[in-house]
Amino acid sequence: MENEKKIGNGKLKVENGENTFSIFNSQLSTVIKADKLTKRFGDFIAANEVTFEVYAGEIFGFLGANGAGKTTAMKMLCGLSTPSSGNATTAGFDVYRQTEQIKKHIGYMSQKFSLYEDLTVIENIQFFGGIYGLSDKHLKEKSNELIETLGLKNEAKKLVASLPLGWKQKLAFSVAVLHEPKIVFLDEPTGGVDPVTRRQFWDLIYQAADRGITIFVTTHYMDEAEYCNRISIMVDGVIEALDTPANLKQQYSATSMDEVFYKLARGAKRSE
Amino acid sequence: MRTLKFLLRKEFKQIFRNKGLLPMIFVAPVIQLLILPLAADYEVKGINISIVDHDHSTYSQQLISKVTASGYFQLADYGNSFQGAFKQIEKDKSDLILEIPQGFEKNLARESHEKLFVAVNAINGVKAGLGGAYLAQIISDYNNDIRMEWVQQLKFNPIPQIEVTSSNWFNPHLNYRFFMVPGILAVLITMIGAYMCALNIVKEKETGTIEQINVTPIKKYQFVLGKLIPFWIIGIFIFSVGLFIVARWVYGIVPVGSLLLLYGYMSLYLVALLGLGLLISTFSDTQQQAMSITFFFIMIFMLMSGLFTSIDSMPTWAYYIARLNPVTYFIEVVRMIVLKEAVCRHQKSFPDHGWFCCVSEWFGNLEL
Repeated sequence: MENEKKIGNGKLKVENGENTFSIFNSQLSTVIKADKLTKRFGDFIAANEVTFEVYAGEIFGFLGANGAGKTTAMKMLCGLSTPSSGNATTAGFDVYRQTEQIKKHIGYMSQKFSLYEDLTVIENIQFFGGIYGLSDKHLKEKSNELIETLGLKNEAKKLVASLPLGWKQKLAFSVAVLHEPKIVFLDEPTGGVDPVTRRQFWDLIYQAADRGITIFVTTHYMDEAEYCNRISIMVDGVIEALDTPANLKQQYSATSMDEVFYKLARGAKRSE
Repeated sequence: MRTLKFLLRKEFKQIFRNKGLLPMIFVAPVIQLLILPLAADYEVKGINISIVDHDHSTYSQQLISKVTASGYFQLADYGNSFQGAFKQIEKDKSDLILEIPQGFEKNLARESHEKLFVAVNAINGVKAGLGGAYLAQIISDYNNDIRMEWVQQLKFNPIPQIEVTSSNWFNPHLNYRFFMVPGILAVLITMIGAYMCALNIVKEKETGTIEQINVTPIKKYQFVLGKLIPFWIIGIFIFSVGLFIVARWVYGIVPVGSLLLLYGYMSLYLVALLGLGLLISTFSDTQQQAMSITFFFIMIFMLMSGLFTSIDSMPTWAYYIARLNPVTYFIEVVRMIVLKEAVCRHQKSFPDHGWFCCVSEWFGNLEL
C-alpha cells in the first residue's frame, strides 16, 4: 500500500506503513524556528543551544528521556518561559516579545489532564472556546460538531470527572484545537491511555494535521514516534538527532525506533 | 471583557458545584454568628470563693452574706483554716480566698480599722482580676454600709462623700453581644476573603488547570479579576446576611451609622483580604499548604485585632503590630459605624488599607 499526501510544500509518503517526509521545495514555510535556544537554571543548562525548524502541516515528534529538557524547550516555544539566550519564533512571533500573540495562535495539551473536572463537557468546550475569542454562534456550531465527532452526545451534560481517561484525553485534544491554531503542542498526550484509545487519539491528530494544523508532540512511546513525519531526539539538553524515522533507523543501522532511541539515550547523564 | 465574562461564569459554576465549599460559605458564618457572641462573654460569673472566718461575729456574717448575695460568687468552702482553703485552690475547686481575721468586729468597732486578706488564684488572669475587683467593690460597699450605720447612730453631720455615677453611651445596657457581633462579622469576612480565595487559586495549581490557563491568551489581570470578583461578591453577601438577618433578628442590633460608608469600607477591605489570599496562593503549591499559611495569618490577625482584648492595653511593640493589622481597623470601623454612628473623618484607617491592598495585590500579581 502506498499513498502520498501533500503537506504544506512538503510531501508525506506512506509506504508499507512507513512514513517518509520529503521536502521538495526550498520555500517550505516554517512555523517554529529555534536558533541556539538556551535555558539555564543557575549552573544547570536545561536546554543547550537547541536549533531546529518545524514546517507547516507536519507532525513533529519531540523525543528525549526524562529530564532531557523537552518540556523546558517546549515551554519556551509556547511563550511560558523566557529563554536565557538564543532566538526562536513560534507561528512567526518572537518568543521574547510577542508571547501574547503566540498564545493566541497555538493550542496546548499537557500530560496532566487539564480540563475542568467540575465542569461538564459542554461547559469546558464553551469556556475554552470563549477565552480564545470564538463568537457565540461559532462557539455553538463548533461545540455541537465536536460532541458529534467525539460521540459524546449522551455525556455532553455530564461532569468531565465522570469520563474515562481516554475520552478525557480525546476531549482535551479537541478543545486544544477548537480555535484552529497554527500549531498544537502536545506534551505526552497519551500517557496512561490504552492502545486502542491511543490509536484513536492518533486518528484525531492526523485529522488535525489534514486541516493544516502543525503538530508538535512529545512522547515516550516509540510506536507513536513512527507515526511522526520527522522526529528529534534530545539528550542532556542537546538535540542529538533530527530526521524522518526511516532515515534515523538507517543512520543508526537500527531495525526499530526503539533501538535508535536506546542507542542515543544510553549515553545520557541526566535523568529525573 | 468577554474573556472576563467567561471566567466569571466558570468560577461561579465551580463554586456552586463545590459541595465542600458551599456550607463553608453559607452555613458556617451563620452558625458562628449564632454561637460565638453568646459563648464568648467577658462577664465572669460563678466565681468559687473560699472564706476563712476566724472571727465568727455578726459583722463577719454580714460580710459573707453580702459576698454570696452579690451573684458573682459561689461559696465553695467555709472554714477556719487558711491551709484548708488553700487546698481547695490547689484542687481547683476554688478561685479566691477571703480571710477574715480574728477580732474583725472588735477592731472595726474599737479602732474603726481592720484589714482583710484576699488571695486569688491567678492562673486565669481575667477571672482573677475581675473576681478580685468584684470582691474589692463588695467590701468597699460593705464598708460604706457600716459607716452609714455608725454615722446615723452618732448623729454626726454626714461625712462628705464623692459618689461616682456613670452613664453608658452607645451600648447603654453594657450588652456584651453588641460589642462582639460586629467584631465577629468582621472576622467572618476576613476568613472568607483570605481562605476561600487562596484555596480556590491553589486548587487550580493542584489540578494543573492553571498550566492550561497560562497557555491561553487570558491575561494575568483577567485571571486575577476572575478569581477575586466572585469572592468579593460572596463576601458582601455574607456580610449582609449577618448584618441584616442574624444581627438584627437574633441580637436586635440595628446599625445606627451610614450603611453607605460601611459598605464602601467593606468593599475596600475585602479587596485587601482577597489580595492576601492571592498572595498566599502564590506561595503554596497545595491546598494544605495554603490552609496552614492562611491559618497562621488568621490566628495572628484575630488575636491581635482587638476582637477579644483591647489593643490599647497591649505592650507598645504589640500595639504597633496590631496597628499594621487590617483586621484591627475593620473591626473598629464596623463597631464604630454600627454602634456609634461614626462618620468618615473618624476613620484613620484608609491609608492602612491602601498600603495593604497595594502590597498584596502587587506581590500576588508578580508571583502568579
